[in-house]
Amino acid sequence: MSSSMFFNVAMVTYLVSTCIFFAFLASRSKAVGLAGTYAALFGFLVETAAIGLRWKESYDQGHGHAPLSNLFESVVFFSWTIILIFLIMDFKYKYRAVGAFVVPFALFGLAWAQLSLDSGIEPLVPALQSSWLMYHVITCFLGYAAFAVACGISIMYLIRDKMEQNGGSAAAGGMLSMFPAVKVLDDLNYKAIMIGFPLLSLGIITGAAWANYAWGTYWSWDPKETWSLIVWFVYAAFLHARITRGWVGRRAAILSVIGFAATIFCYLGVNLFLSGLHSYGK
Amino acid sequence: MNTTKRGFAYQLWDFFCSLRLSIFLLIGLALVSIIGTIIPQGNPPQEYLQTISETKFKLYQQLGFFDMYHSWWFILLLYFLTLNLICCSIKRLPRVWKIISEPVLVMDDRFETSLSITRDVKMTGAAASIKDQIVSFLKQEFAEPVVTEVNGEYHLFAQKHAWCRLGVYVVHFSIIIVFIGAIIGSFAGYKGYVNIPEGGSISRVVTRNGKAVDLGFAVRCEKFSVAFYDTGAPKEFKSLLTVLENGQPVAGKQNIPVIVNEPLTYKGVTFYQSSYGPSDEGASYHISVKNRKTGAATQITARQGERVALPGGAFLSVMEGTADVRPFMKDFDGPGAQVEFTPPGGQPQPFVILGDKYQSFNEQHGGDLVLTLASLDQKFYTGLQVAKDPGVLVVWLGCALMVVGICMAFFMSHKRLWARVTDGSVTFGGSASKNPAGFELSFDELMQKLNKG
Ligand code: HEM
Repeated sequence: MSSSMFFNVAMVTYLVSTCIFFAFLASRSKAVGLAGTYAALFGFLVETAAIGLRWKESYDQGHGHAPLSNLFESVVFFSWTIILIFLIMDFKYKYRAVGAFVVPFALFGLAWAQLSLDSGIEPLVPALQSSWLMYHVITCFLGYAAFAVACGISIMYLIRDKMEQNGGSAAAGGMLSMFPAVKVLDDLNYKAIMIGFPLLSLGIITGAAWANYAWGTYWSWDPKETWSLIVWFVYAAFLHARITRGWVGRRAAILSVIGFAATIFCYLGVNLFLSGLHSYGK
Repeated sequence: MNTTKRGFAYQLWDFFCSLRLSIFLLIGLALVSIIGTIIPQGNPPQEYLQTISETKFKLYQQLGFFDMYHSWWFILLLYFLTLNLICCSIKRLPRVWKIISEPVLVMDDRFETSLSITRDVKMTGAAASIKDQIVSFLKQEFAEPVVTEVNGEYHLFAQKHAWCRLGVYVVHFSIIIVFIGAIIGSFAGYKGYVNIPEGGSISRVVTRNGKAVDLGFAVRCEKFSVAFYDTGAPKEFKSLLTVLENGQPVAGKQNIPVIVNEPLTYKGVTFYQSSYGPSDEGASYHISVKNRKTGAATQITARQGERVALPGGAFLSVMEGTADVRPFMKDFDGPGAQVEFTPPGGQPQPFVILGDKYQSFNEQHGGDLVLTLASLDQKFYTGLQVAKDPGVLVVWLGCALMVVGICMAFFMSHKRLWARVTDGSVTFGGSASKNPAGFELSFDELMQKLNKG
């Protein structure tokens, strides 16, 4: 069995999980919500196996390396980290409805990777032959994933907030009743960013350490570095906004969405639109 | 009166203490940083003029957009951020320090109502004996309490992780440390680049600012080699470097392999594998020349660019070559060379010759002769990035502090417990700086333990 088949199974499972979560919003049945979480967990385990298998396949080809070295592998890993962070937060806080807005991110990622990215296993070019690659990529992507979760939660916040302003009665029935209260969403958003911000900071620091080790400059204002700093600034602004009166709630949620948009640009946009030292996606 | 003067100083102070300014600066820095990722930084003027008009070029140059991250206004924003950080900390730190060092020891009625978690517990016995019980209980289960006696009532106070309130200030301080490290690096360090041909050595480097720096020692490139994967993608670039002091190799610094991601450091100067190329000296090519008719074969050796006579009156010059053609010619490997062959009395013909694996390929050219590239001695130069940065350790110190500070600020909570002991009853109060819901759970657990015990 090849890793590609496992990736396909994981993709379908995330699709199922997304559908179940939406069914949960509609049906308001606790059991359905739990089923959504279990589906996500199953998909996560399958994807873990797929990544492990791909790792082994690279060894079978004679140039073994962690599966974190090209765009396909990083997108797959991104979807894996999103589900990981989601499952951790789901386990801790048990607000199932969040799944409907977070699992789709992982689904999109995996589907994109499987359906249209080159999945060939390539040997590592000299620039990537370093154990710093692992530390750097893992910390960055865990951080990005936490921001994805925060973004999903913020979208829920903005929807619910809007509905409540247009007359509270809308909130009483329908799908919205399964959304956590805005105060809870605000808090969950903050909690997700509290996971993401330290990881992004570590990601930037390990990246700087690697750059210093490999090129002799820990910071060279290359577009990818600069964008990671931009993302860091946005979330630092978010953290300070929370302790400033008038900036909690809606504005914080908007900042979180902007932060994730910047994150995605940092991850993909920089390679597609700008030029620099980082080699993913070229 | 000097109220207006005082007023202005106060306003300035308030301005720099304001969190709104921090948010503005952080978002502002995020926004302006985008400019430098769209406009390429530090290219020569001609390159910009190819894509933008002269007036635009002048405007951008005035605004410092071509070296944006070192422009005066960007640095100014960073100074404002630092100032904001320092002022805010000066203003708030004393208050936080007071919470840590002078805790409220006595929970009176007014203070009790300000706490979100309070519980009344009935206990048997006089105040003094209950107090002793609670003290040993808290000592075992939470932290050692401070006891204060007021009007026959006992007030207990215990706290955990008070110092984690300083986490935020550790983070802020760490940012300043990183800035200091960067400033040290920019004044006391340099970055440069050298090419060393195989067998050659250098003792000075030209920095990015165009200054020549004497290293005080020399570096010799013993050998450079490049290896490829089967796919033709590069696998390894390797220089063997030797450090020389007064012309003599330094013990332990001889034939050190330097590859991408594994630099060589000597006396604070680090050499990074960065690029390579054929050295000016050129390669020597060993070529076998076979006469198609007679089958007579001879070996010749040609230096790159040299015009050599072949048997029968033809001439050959080798333009360039490589030990491995995979990156240039799909489905071929081994050595290859671009040659210019001049048959007797004819016009020069350029073509490629390969190793003896590809006889039929080689037979396509050369008139009466078949040329085969037996081997080549390629001489390379290695391109090394050279850097000295005495500020780097300070930067890492700042980064380490930042990680510690973030962990303190995000993952630790200052937990406080108060107890007011009277005859037959105890009132508990509690507060935590983070995660109040989680604290309430552990608070209730504590109360249950007390009831059982
Ligand atoms: C413009 C300069 C800055 C100022 C004036 C400033 C000021 C503050 C203040 C007053 C607090 C609240 C402290 C408290 O709760 O007692 C805070 C929290 C914090 N600051 Fe800053 N800050 C600045 C820049 C930064 C930057 C660049 C970072 C980047 C890491 C940062 C990281 C933090 C963190 C992690 C917290 C804790 C937030 C929380 O607990 O939710 N600050 N800052």
